Amino acid sequence: MPEPVEALPGLSLDTDQGLLQWISSVDHKQLGIMYLWTALAFMLVGGAEILLIRIQLAVPRNTFLGPEMYNELFTMHGTTMIFFVAMPAIFGFATYLVPLMIGANDMAFPRLNALSLWLTIFGGLLMYFSFLAGGAPNAGWFNYAPLNGYNYSSQPGIDYYCAGLLLGGIGTVSASINLIVTILRYRTAGMALHNMPVFVWMMLVTACLVIAAFPSLNAALAMLLLDRRLHAHFFEVHDGGSALLWQHLFWLFGHPEVYIVILPSFGILSEVFSVYSRKPVFGYVFIVGSGIAIGLLAFGVWVHHMFAVGLGNTANNFFAASSMLIGVPTGVKVFNWLATMRGGSIRFTTSMMFATSFLVEFTIGGLSGIAFAIVPIDLQLTDTYFVVAHLHYVLIGGTLFGLLAGLFYWFPKMSGRMLNERLSNWFFWLFVVGFNVTFMIQHVLGTLGMPRRVYTYPDLPGWGTLNLLSSIGGFLMGAAMLLLVYIIVQALRSGPRAGADPWDAYTLEWTTTSPPPLQNFDRVIPVASVRPFRDFKMPHDADHKEVGKRKGIYGK
Amino acid sequence: MANSALDTRLLMRLVVFTESLFFMALLVAFVFFSLAPGFRQQQLAALDLGRTGAFTLVLFSSSFTYWRVEASARRGATGALKFWLLATIALGTVFLLGQAWEFHGLFGRHIDLASNTFGTSFFTLTGFHGLHVLIGLIILSILAGLAFAGDYDRPGSSIFQAIGIYWHFVDIVWAVVFTVVYVLPHFSRF
Ligand code: HEM
Ligand SMILES: [Cu+2]
Repeated sequence: MPEPVEALPGLSLDTDQGLLQWISSVDHKQLGIMYLWTALAFMLVGGAEILLIRIQLAVPRNTFLGPEMYNELFTMHGTTMIFFVAMPAIFGFATYLVPLMIGANDMAFPRLNALSLWLTIFGGLLMYFSFLAGGAPNAGWFNYAPLNGYNYSSQPGIDYYCAGLLLGGIGTVSASINLIVTILRYRTAGMALHNMPVFVWMMLVTACLVIAAFPSLNAALAMLLLDRRLHAHFFEVHDGGSALLWQHLFWLFGHPEVYIVILPSFGILSEVFSVYSRKPVFGYVFIVGSGIAIGLLAFGVWVHHMFAVGLGNTANNFFAASSMLIGVPTGVKVFNWLATMRGGSIRFTTSMMFATSFLVEFTIGGLSGIAFAIVPIDLQLTDTYFVVAHLHYVLIGGTLFGLLAGLFYWFPKMSGRMLNERLSNWFFWLFVVGFNVTFMIQHVLGTLGMPRRVYTYPDLPGWGTLNLLSSIGGFLMGAAMLLLVYIIVQALRSGPRAGADPWDAYTLEWTTTSPPPLQNFDRVIPVASVRPFRDFKMPHDADHKEVGKRKGIYGK
Repeated sequence: MANSALDTRLLMRLVVFTESLFFMALLVAFVFFSLAPGFRQQQLAALDLGRTGAFTLVLFSSSFTYWRVEASARRGATGALKFWLLATIALGTVFLLGQAWEFHGLFGRHIDLASNTFGTSFFTLTGFHGLHVLIGLIILSILAGLAFAGDYDRPGSSIFQAIGIYWHFVDIVWAVVFTVVYVLPHFSRF
C-alpha cells in the first residue's frame, strides 16, 4: 500500500508522491476516480469517432470515409461506449461510493480492486492497439457471425476485439465479485439490507447480473478466438458451425448488459431525486423490489434482439410477451420518482435537471422499446435508424443522464470543490438540445426506411436534410462534452471549497470530509433508517421514529 | 487489509458460480452440435468410455483426499496435511496425464480442434476443464510448498476451505461433462 497521506487529493492528478501513488494505489477512492478518468478519456475518443461518422452521413453520396473506415469507426464507437465508457463509469461510481455509503473503510479485497481497474484499462488499450496492428474490428459491437469470421475479416481487428473484451470482461467480473462481498459483509452496524441506500442496492443487483451474464460473452469470445486462430468451427457455417449460436450467446449476455448499465443509473437517480426534493424516496421497497425483478427478467428476453432471425412464432411470441413484461417494473419506477418529487421543495441544481430530463428521455426510449417488442413492428423497423434512436434514448437519455446527475451530485465529495453552476447549466442545455436534435430525427429516418450501418445513402426526399440536422445535433453534443471537460478542470484548479455536506444530504458518505481522508471514517454515525445522516442532523424528526406511521416506505 | 475466512469463502463461491456459467455455455454449444446427424457416431467411435471412466474415478478420489486435507488443517495435523496434499496433487496429475494420453490418441487419428464440429466442441469443453485442473494443481503445489516451509504449523488457516470450494467444483463439473460427453451417447437414439 502507498504511504498514507493526510487527505486524498481528490480528482486532481498532482499529489505529494506524484503519479506513482496513483498507479500503485489500492485505495477504493483513488481507484474509483481512475475508473472515472478512464471513462472520460474513452468518451472523448468514442465521441470523436462518431463525429467523423456524422460528417460522412451529413450529405447523401458522401465519400469522406469510405466503407472500410466507416465499418471500423461505428464498431469501435459502439464497443468503446458500452465497454470502456459506460462500464468504467459505473464501476467508478460504485468503487468510490459503495464503501462510503455503507460506512466501510475500503472494499473487501483492495488488491483485487486495483487488478480489476487495470484489466479494464489494458483491455481498452489492447482493443485500440488494433488500429496500429493492421485494422480495427469492423463487424459491429455485437460482432455477428459470419462477419466476425476469418473469411470475412482477415485483418486482426476482431482478434483484438476478443482479447480486449476478454480482459475487460474478467476485470468487470472480478470487480463485481468484490462489490458483492463488500456489500454483503462490510456494512456498518445497523445498516440492514432494508435500509441500504438505493444506489447500493442497485449495484448489488448489477453485480449479480454481471457475474451471471458475462460468462456467456466471455465463452463466446474464447470460442471465436479458437475459430479465428486455430481453425475451430463454432461459428463457421460452411463447416457445420452455427452463426445463430453466436447470436444466442451474445444476446444472452447483451440484453442483461443493457440492464447492467441502466440499473446503477436508477440507483443514482433515486438518491438525487430524494435529496433535491427534500423527501425520502417514494416506495423504497418497490424501487428495490422492482430492481431485483428487472434483474431476474433480464435473462428471459434476449431473443427480442433476434425476432428477424426466423425462430418461429412460438419463440417470438414468448419473448415478445416477456419483453412487454419487463416494461412494467421499469414504468412504475418512473412513477415512483415522480411521486418522490411531488410536494417536495425541489432545488433545480444541474444534477436535478439531468435527473428530471432523464424522466422524459428515458420514457421515450422505453416506449420505442415496447414498440419493438411487438414482433410485426420489429420486423419492419429492425436494422433501421429507429433502433439507433431507441438505443440512444435509453443509453444516453437513461444511462448517461443518470451518470451525469451522479457526477454533478458527488463531484464536491470527490474533489472537495464546487463546480461552476452557471457553466454547468450551459452544459446541460447544450447537451440536452443536441441530444434530442440528433436522435429524435432518427426515429423519422428509421420509419422512412433508412438502414443502419450503411456508409452512405441515396438522395431520397428528406433524407439529406434530416441527416444534416442529426449531424448538427451531434456536433452540439461534442461541444457540450468539451465544455464539461473545461468545467471539471476549472473546478479542480480554482473551484470554491465544498465542505463536507454541501447539499444537506442524507447518506453516510456526506458525514466524512470532502474529499474523504485515506481512512474514510473514524467513527460511523448510528444507522437506523435509509437516511441516517438526516436522522443524525434532526434527531427529533428522525425517520426511524415514524416507522409505524410510514411503514412500507422505509421498510422495517 | 485482512479479510475474514467468510469473505474468502464467499469470494470463492462467487468465482465458482460464474465459472460454472462459462462451462454451461460450452456445454450448450456441445449439446447443440451433438444434435446434428453423424455427431453421435463420431462420439461413440472416438471416445473410450472405460478408460476415461477409470481416470474419472481417479479425479473423484482426489476430492476425497482433499477432504482429508481440510480435516487435517482444521486439526492442525501438519504431517497428515502434507501427506493428503501430495496425494491430491498426484491424483490430479494422473487425471491430466490421462487426458493428455486421450488427446494424443485422437490427434493420431486426425481428430482435432479443426477437424469438424465434434472436434471443435469436444476439445474446447474438455480442454477448458483440463485447464481448470491445471490451475488447481498449481495452486495446490503452492500450498504444498508453503506447508513444507512451515507456514501451516499452527492450526486455524482457512485457506484450505476456500481452495476446497474450487477443487470440489472442478470435480463436480467433470461429473457433468463426463455424463454428457462420454455416457449419454450410449443411451440416446439420435
Ligand atoms: C422497456 C424496456 C425495453 C424494451 C421492451 C426494449 C426492447 C428492445 C428491442 C425489442 C430491441 C431490438 C430492436 C431490434 O434490433 O430490432 C432493443 C434494442 C436495443 N435496446 Fe432496448 N428495450 C428496453 C430497454 C432498454 C434499455 C434500458 C437499454 C439500455 C440502457 C436498451 C438498449 C438497447 C440497445 C443497445 C439495443 C440495440 C442492440 C443492437 O445494437 O442491435 N433497451 N430493445
Ligand atoms: Cu434487449
